[in-house]
Amino acid sequence: MRKTFFAAAAALLLLGSLGGSAEAADKLKVGFIYLGPIGDLGWTYQHDLARQALDKEFGDKIETTYLENVPEGPDAERAIEQLVRAGNKLIFTTSFGYMDPTLKVAKKYPNVHFEHATGFKKDKNMSIYNGRFYEGRYIQGVIAGKMSKTGVLGYIASFPIPEVIMGINATMLGAQTVNPNIKVKIIWVNTWFDPPKEADAAKALVDQGADVIMQHTDSPAAMKIAAERGKLAFGQDSEMIKFGPTTQLTSIIDNWAPYYIARVKAELDGTWKEEDTWGGLKSQMVVMAPFTNMPDDVKKLAEDTKAAIIDGKLLPFKCPVVDQDGKTVECKGGDHLDDGQVLGMHFYVKGVDDKMPAK
Amino acid sequence: MELAEAIILSVLSASTPLLIAATGELVTERAGVLNLGVEGMMIMGAVCGFGGALYTGSITIGALCGIIAGTAMSLLFALMTLGLAVNQVATGLALTIFGVGLSGLIGASVVGEQITAAPHLHIPGLTDLPLLGHVLFGQDAFVYLSIALIVGVWYFLYRTRAGLILRACGDNHVSAHALGYPVLRIRLLAVMFGGACAGLAGAYLPLAYTPFFIPGMTAGRGWIALALVVFASWLPARLVAGAYLFGAVSILQLHAQGAGIGIPSQFMSSLPYLATVIVLVALSRTRSGGSTAPAALGTVFVPDR
Repeated sequence: MRKTFFAAAAALLLLGSLGGSAEAADKLKVGFIYLGPIGDLGWTYQHDLARQALDKEFGDKIETTYLENVPEGPDAERAIEQLVRAGNKLIFTTSFGYMDPTLKVAKKYPNVHFEHATGFKKDKNMSIYNGRFYEGRYIQGVIAGKMSKTGVLGYIASFPIPEVIMGINATMLGAQTVNPNIKVKIIWVNTWFDPPKEADAAKALVDQGADVIMQHTDSPAAMKIAAERGKLAFGQDSEMIKFGPTTQLTSIIDNWAPYYIARVKAELDGTWKEEDTWGGLKSQMVVMAPFTNMPDDVKKLAEDTKAAIIDGKLLPFKCPVVDQDGKTVECKGGDHLDDGQVLGMHFYVKGVDDKMPAK
Repeated sequence: MELAEAIILSVLSASTPLLIAATGELVTERAGVLNLGVEGMMIMGAVCGFGGALYTGSITIGALCGIIAGTAMSLLFALMTLGLAVNQVATGLALTIFGVGLSGLIGASVVGEQITAAPHLHIPGLTDLPLLGHVLFGQDAFVYLSIALIVGVWYFLYRTRAGLILRACGDNHVSAHALGYPVLRIRLLAVMFGGACAGLAGAYLPLAYTPFFIPGMTAGRGWIALALVVFASWLPARLVAGAYLFGAVSILQLHAQGAGIGIPSQFMSSLPYLATVIVLVALSRTRSGGSTAPAALGTVFVPDR
């Protein structure tokens, strides 16, 4: 009996070691946590395009998996742990609300590397990355200021977090350079993704006199309503022109592929270390869709603004920045608000009449 | 078009899917079956309705596909709860999760496609009347159908013998069975009707509201429809009032924000549920001391047990 016991134990050990070595020869597993469905044609869609670019670039060397429709909050922690336990060594969590869950899981698994989008907390094995979308918003503000006949912009906002607020402010600052009296109506829909609600918000904005619609939500519903009502709109996260061929002025496109490819390459080479990346138009993390449905002089102004931002000659948050109470905001970056101030922004610039909703 | 008229029109569109889904659920619950799978049936109706309209070019066929999808899901529900006497609450929840997931799977192939939205009625002269012209005479077929549906259900439940028997099954299925009525068959028909309505309500979203399909587009409207039935204390007249009230709240909070009125939007979004809780509390304080739910709601019925 003892003989059979030792024989069985030896066999098991052998099998176990075989399994172990097989894993070592395996591909690098890269996991993704998505907020919405990849069919949202917006935020998550762009992340997934980048993931597909990874598959194309690295082929057999990596294996990507994704979990979509993961709600922000406690359940996210479970989803991220699930990816860790499935063997993923590099995990991308693609929404602000995953910040704390990612940090928690990162502390538990120091050998797994995490990349968190649009957040501000990081760790030795957790990087953060974000796009300077506000640069695109500034350009959109300039275009909107020129194209709006009623002088009222409509803004469909999701949650009152700095990410969204900096977008509103950048838009207003851009618009005010061409129309100092521009007004904006802001509707908070408290969701990143709810097409009928976004459509309702767009209808409400148009009914109240806005003729250029912009959004910080993820579906093309607002573009469609703007198209139906004969107004102008900006797409968000990805090209939305097919929902409004004569409506879309431009769109801010999230271009994550170059960053993702660089990070996976670092992981494969063993050179991955935690970083804080905030790329904009210059590094092509933020790309503008072609400027359409506008007269040539507006198009030229938009192109010039974009070039100036890329060259560093134009700073969207150039000091002095005056908040809606008339106070000048302290300027910590020399001649412009520094990154920390922008990332923690919780005030409206002068010209926005709405009261800031509570955090 | 003035602001008031525009708001009323938006409210009509927002309330219609709630009204249709809640009407079906009302009949189902009146027969004694608690169907929590409305959300899953709605989203299946949405994806199949959109697919049908996309590939045939006809909104009517799309609506029919939505109805068939909702009915099919409800048949699954009926098999479990009526045929196998499984707990209704658990089955309904499971079906919701299943429906949402399955619709995402099926819908992945049609994401990104668009159709022309359902046409609106236009009677020259009547439709262009100020204020109420578009509201009364300029709607799409779904809106008129929703009104016809609830009126028909009211007539059926309170003015026909068949409706009386259905209500009997919901109030006391044992007695109904003793009187010789086929309780399971009646409940089956009620469940199928509820599923059909949920499917139609779901189809309304991609066929008339936002003319494309995106996974998860119902975004919880099925749950609001369920709350609505309770809010209406299972009475058709109150159902209509409740549906338009819920729709109005969701639209007005958007307009209030646009106008700069500072009511927190999170509070407004929670109002329908808050209202339901208040109604339930108020009802429980009446002389009868309890809810006006059909007495046998949610209880499993097995003949000869």
